[in-house]
Amino acid sequence: MSLEELYRQVILDHYRNPRRSGSIEQADAHAEGHNPLCGDEVTIEVMIDDGVIVDAAVRGRGCSISQASASMMADAIVDKSLESVATLTRQVKSMLDIEDGNPGLDPERPGSVLGDLEALAGVKQFPVRIKCADLPWTTLEEALATTD
Amino acid sequence: MNPTTVRADFPILSRRVNGKQLVYLDSAATTQKPIQVIDAMNDFYRRHNASVHRGAYTLAEEATALYEGARSKIASFLDADSPREVVLTRGTTNAINTVAYGWGLYNLKPGDRILLTKMEHHANVVPWQLICRHTGAELEYLPLTDDFLVDTSNLEAVIDNRTRVVAFSGMSNVLGTIGPHAELIQAARSVGAMTIIDGAQLIPHAPTTVHDLGADFVVFSAHKMLGPTGIGAMWGRMELLEAMEPAEGGGSMIRDVQLDNSTWADVPYKFEAGTPPIAEAIGFGAAVDYLTKLGMDNVRAHEIEITRYALDRLGEIPDLTVYGPDDTSMRGGAVSFTLADIHPHDLATILDQQGVAIRAGHHCARPLMRVLDVPATARASFYVYNTLEEVDALIAALHDARRIFDVA
Ligand SMILES: Cc1ncc(COP(=O)(O)O)c(C=O)c1O
Repeated sequence: MSLEELYRQVILDHYRNPRRSGSIEQADAHAEGHNPLCGDEVTIEVMIDDGVIVDAAVRGRGCSISQASASMMADAIVDKSLESVATLTRQVKSMLDIEDGNPGLDPERPGSVLGDLEALAGVKQFPVRIKCADLPWTTLEEALATTD
Repeated sequence: MNPTTVRADFPILSRRVNGKQLVYLDSAATTQKPIQVIDAMNDFYRRHNASVHRGAYTLAEEATALYEGARSKIASFLDADSPREVVLTRGTTNAINTVAYGWGLYNLKPGDRILLTKMEHHANVVPWQLICRHTGAELEYLPLTDDFLVDTSNLEAVIDNRTRVVAFSGMSNVLGTIGPHAELIQAARSVGAMTIIDGAQLIPHAPTTVHDLGADFVVFSAHKMLGPTGIGAMWGRMELLEAMEPAEGGGSMIRDVQLDNSTWADVPYKFEAGTPPIAEAIGFGAAVDYLTKLGMDNVRAHEIEITRYALDRLGEIPDLTVYGPDDTSMRGGAVSFTLADIHPHDLATILDQQGVAIRAGHHCARPLMRVLDVPATARASFYVYNTLEEVDALIAALHDARRIFDVA
């Protein structure tokens, strides 16, 4: 995937129209993430009911990759169990080459497993930007760790 | 001075990046090095390597002569009265800390004021914050005008006899703005305040002498003027250097060491604790030779030409905002900008695909980013080897970024 395709196919849409942007008044878990190198910031709030994320909100500022990744993530985690969110986080991180493991994507049918999120795999070719894509996911992990 | 001939001396500039010819526009962060500097360092390690100032053998004598020769070249470059006024440091940051901890720590007390400007690099902010913690002195900042100059309109009200230090950037690494040196130094003098110019950008880019500047200290880094990293210089007035305490203790900087007390070596050695970066000093000397040969007037003339061209061409791009003065007589070649809602990091990645290397971020100037009300900027910066065609490549890549981001 070229940089242009990466931006045009997914990143820009989420950057300009972020999903679940805002805040949740009575969040069960929240965390703020910061990438000191480039100044990206994200705040994540989630509501959890009986082991399931029932609502999520993100806000922040930074580059399009960090903010689009946050937007895609917020969309992807609602109505999922904490367990499947943990699995999804691992899949994304291995897709970004941050963690070893097999993201389990189907190269024949792009988007069939993780949807929009699979576009993040394109970020891997731009190593300086991997941290940007990862920031929301690491922040989510921190938020969820506070609920244990 | 013809940048096209200059380029031939810089091996890295013929590199290709992402399949494209490298267009290096980040010299405000660090410059590339000419073969003359690389060779000087290489030659030192191949032929002369030994420690300085102690050996009683030929190599050590050669190494010492080369190291001290570099100091002399730097002194001439600045038109200093004596090489002894030039302390070799690890760079600008290290030099400012040397003044802060060698002078500030011993001369400041609660209620004293240190005056900075809002366009300082963190290197000229954080050491003073640390000194304030130790001494109870307080920081004050001169604001900037709407056209990105240091605002001196209220100077008389700001500088008074509590002001003990005035420390400012000679040329901003973000805005390009050249500081109002004469005015600030005169005002500082009138209240007996010590003055230090952060010359990290000014010295590489403009013909200057320490006499013209008139400050008590002028500090800068070799790596921003074609030399290696890990070395820089602190020029100081002799009477201040003599009165000042060393910020670091160790070998080489002593006259005598007793069990509970020591006496210091003469200036400049009392500020050069430990085995110095010798090859780096020699590379620094070679860089100064190179710039001297180009002629600093020519360096400045070329910088004005390319900066003017860049500002004009950037001005053609819709939705592009430049942060910095438009008058090239008041600025250097660091040009910061933002483009529509494209984050500077996205811009830098898109440009990198075209081989164009620019900086994106806060440029170690967070207080200034708050003044500009932006989280970050993109910055293109120019030096002796940059051509107008490279500016064209930058402009073309920026148009590409607008297209990719669908900026209407
Ligand atoms: C204006 C200014 N001051 C200080 C510094 C710090 O220089 P160094 O990192 O070489 O110590 C820089 C360079 O980043 C600079 O541009």
